[in-house]
Amino acid sequence: MNSQPNDSQTDFQGPVCPVPLRDYPEVVLGHGSGGQLTQELIAHLFVPAFGSPELEQLGDAAVLSLAGGQVALATDSFVVQPLFFPGGDIGQLAVHGTINDLAMMGAKPVALAAAFILEEGFSMETLARVVQSMARAAKAAGVSIVTGDTKVVQRGHGDGCYITTTGLGLVRSRVPPAPQRVVPGDAVLLSGTVADHGMAVMSVRQGLEFEAPIRSDTAPLHELVAAMFQACPEIHALRDPTRGGLAAALNEIAQAAGVGIQIDDQAVPVDPVVASACEMLGLDPLAVANEGKLVAFVPQEHASRVLEAMRNHPLGRRAALIGHAVADHPGTVVARTAVGATRVITTQLGEALPRIC
Amino acid sequence: MKYLHEFRDGPKAQALAEQIRRMVTRRWAIMEVCGGQTHSIIRHGIDQILPPEIELIHGPGCPVCVTPVETIDKALAIASQPGVIFCSFGDMLRVPGSREDLFAVKSRGADVRVVYSPLDAVKLAQREPQRQVVFFAIGFETTAPANAMAAKLARQLGLKNFSLLVSHVLVPPAIEAILNSPHNRVQAFLAAGHVCSVMGYWQYPPLAQRYRVPIVVTGFEPLDLLEGIRRAVAQLESGRAEVENAYARVVTYHGNRAAQAVIEEVFTTTDRQWRGIGLIPQSGWRLRPEYADLDAELRFGTAEVQAEESPLCLSGQVLQGIIKPHECPAFGKECTPRTPLGATMVSAEGACAAYYHYGRHRQMPVSG
Repeated sequence: MNSQPNDSQTDFQGPVCPVPLRDYPEVVLGHGSGGQLTQELIAHLFVPAFGSPELEQLGDAAVLSLAGGQVALATDSFVVQPLFFPGGDIGQLAVHGTINDLAMMGAKPVALAAAFILEEGFSMETLARVVQSMARAAKAAGVSIVTGDTKVVQRGHGDGCYITTTGLGLVRSRVPPAPQRVVPGDAVLLSGTVADHGMAVMSVRQGLEFEAPIRSDTAPLHELVAAMFQACPEIHALRDPTRGGLAAALNEIAQAAGVGIQIDDQAVPVDPVVASACEMLGLDPLAVANEGKLVAFVPQEHASRVLEAMRNHPLGRRAALIGHAVADHPGTVVARTAVGATRVITTQLGEALPRIC
Repeated sequence: MKYLHEFRDGPKAQALAEQIRRMVTRRWAIMEVCGGQTHSIIRHGIDQILPPEIELIHGPGCPVCVTPVETIDKALAIASQPGVIFCSFGDMLRVPGSREDLFAVKSRGADVRVVYSPLDAVKLAQREPQRQVVFFAIGFETTAPANAMAAKLARQLGLKNFSLLVSHVLVPPAIEAILNSPHNRVQAFLAAGHVCSVMGYWQYPPLAQRYRVPIVVTGFEPLDLLEGIRRAVAQLESGRAEVENAYARVVTYHGNRAAQAVIEEVFTTTDRQWRGIGLIPQSGWRLRPEYADLDAELRFGTAEVQAEESPLCLSGQVLQGIIKPHECPAFGKECTPRTPLGATMVSAEGACAAYYHYGRHRQMPVSG
């Protein structure tokens, strides 16, 4: 490589971006999986290119100080297939996903923008079902969809319907929750069972159909978060463990905060049917997506109060204390297994692959 | 599903480990043959609660890991052809051939799909009569019945657009190859429970007798594995070399005869190359000549594809239990799940991937 400075050379070919982009001359599915490949794409391409202090926080949403107040801004795209799955559809996800990103900043969601990329030939009746589902979800969550955009691409250049939503929220607390605020000793609270959404979608995905009564957990979490803040304004960090699952969420926080995390494998609630489906496909429930769950880091002395508030809310009925942040092994998540041994919980590389047998 | 929590009971696991501790008087090396068992051992940390005298050697029973580079290259060549829908079990997608993997050809436009059952690939061929649907039929005896059924069904349906790329491997010849190796350190085997659920365990008594080695048919949950290890140690300590069934809730002596009949009808034994190990005589299944019209290698003319393995990759020594994954100089350096040199780093069942995924290279004591 030429060691002279070269203006025509874009940053990501230079030393700021070492391994991942060179490893993959083309984008692979794993770059969108929420696993390590996604994290590397963000860290080595997007953050250096856009370089704003808000982006560098790598929160679920950005918090901006505007005219005397703080607002949270979040955006999320939805490309799920199939569009309708047990327990939900792409429209609901598009509303809940962005509301939840705002809620993870402790923000009260106010308004959403929605952009649609539609494929030529896509059924108008199906589009209407999706849009009505979005409207119902927004209304139920008390959030308005206030602006939008529509583009149509040629047949074969899209997958029916993609939706991007962007949301604006009002930040309640003066110091919003952030992974960097987590300190050793914090209790790790999980709002309910994991892996429901990912397994519900997988149960109906073409080529993987299996009959199991599993429903997506898609839900707006802002009211649960509000109840938690009422119980304890001192919540250090919140994450909704979507793609990459609980494993990715805990690893991101451990790395951002420079703490270790210890959890108890058996304390993590998993629905028995979901656990069986994961077992059958060789997937780790901790690495499977959720759309209506959150993980919270709170000072130990407030843990039982927050846990009680969570359990009193319909979306947190099965909330559990699953572990603690620790000073040992910073950046690493360790689980105590059922037989009393330990294992390290890592972030999956890319797409979770069903195992052969 | 029953049989999940019951077989992960902490106090019962500790009690079994304690029984093993009290029984053991010297060092023993025991091989769990199946990759699913390796995965479970590392995931639950079974080896951490065993007495230090017991060494578990991770065997070659990961079908993804032992599928030869050449076969992957054939898969890539077929998947890249226009009009082909290439169907595979998920974890084959990231296994490197000599230059790239199925994900890479997929990102360039090849139609590669993950299926859970080969019968789904047959259905796909029915739905897409103008496309050629190819199923990557790999695996041990466990996956063979479904793969054979797919061939039978395609034949019954008269499908002209369905074929199989077959690279089946067999457990007993692999056990025998390990026992015949001059480097062999294995003193007892945990036979793979799922393979035995299909094949039974009638093939094992001659091996146990000839090589004076205990063989215990073992399941996959923590209590299954600990019970298998306990029985193996009991035999070793008392100088016995017998075949025992510690997975009786699933496995019978004769196995699933209906499944064996379907296999027999569609497949015939053949010499097979094992990635990292080499050629093992009569260690695989291929399609019978009567099913040659469903053979993707013939249909797509890939019989001549040849490939070399990475010289840096020591997966062969890992698969034979000569070294542990983290003892390979490339482990975690040149070779990671993102840049796998060998398939043992790719599959969830691969010993290297299991060590890497569960952080064995950076495992540290946990306080409290």
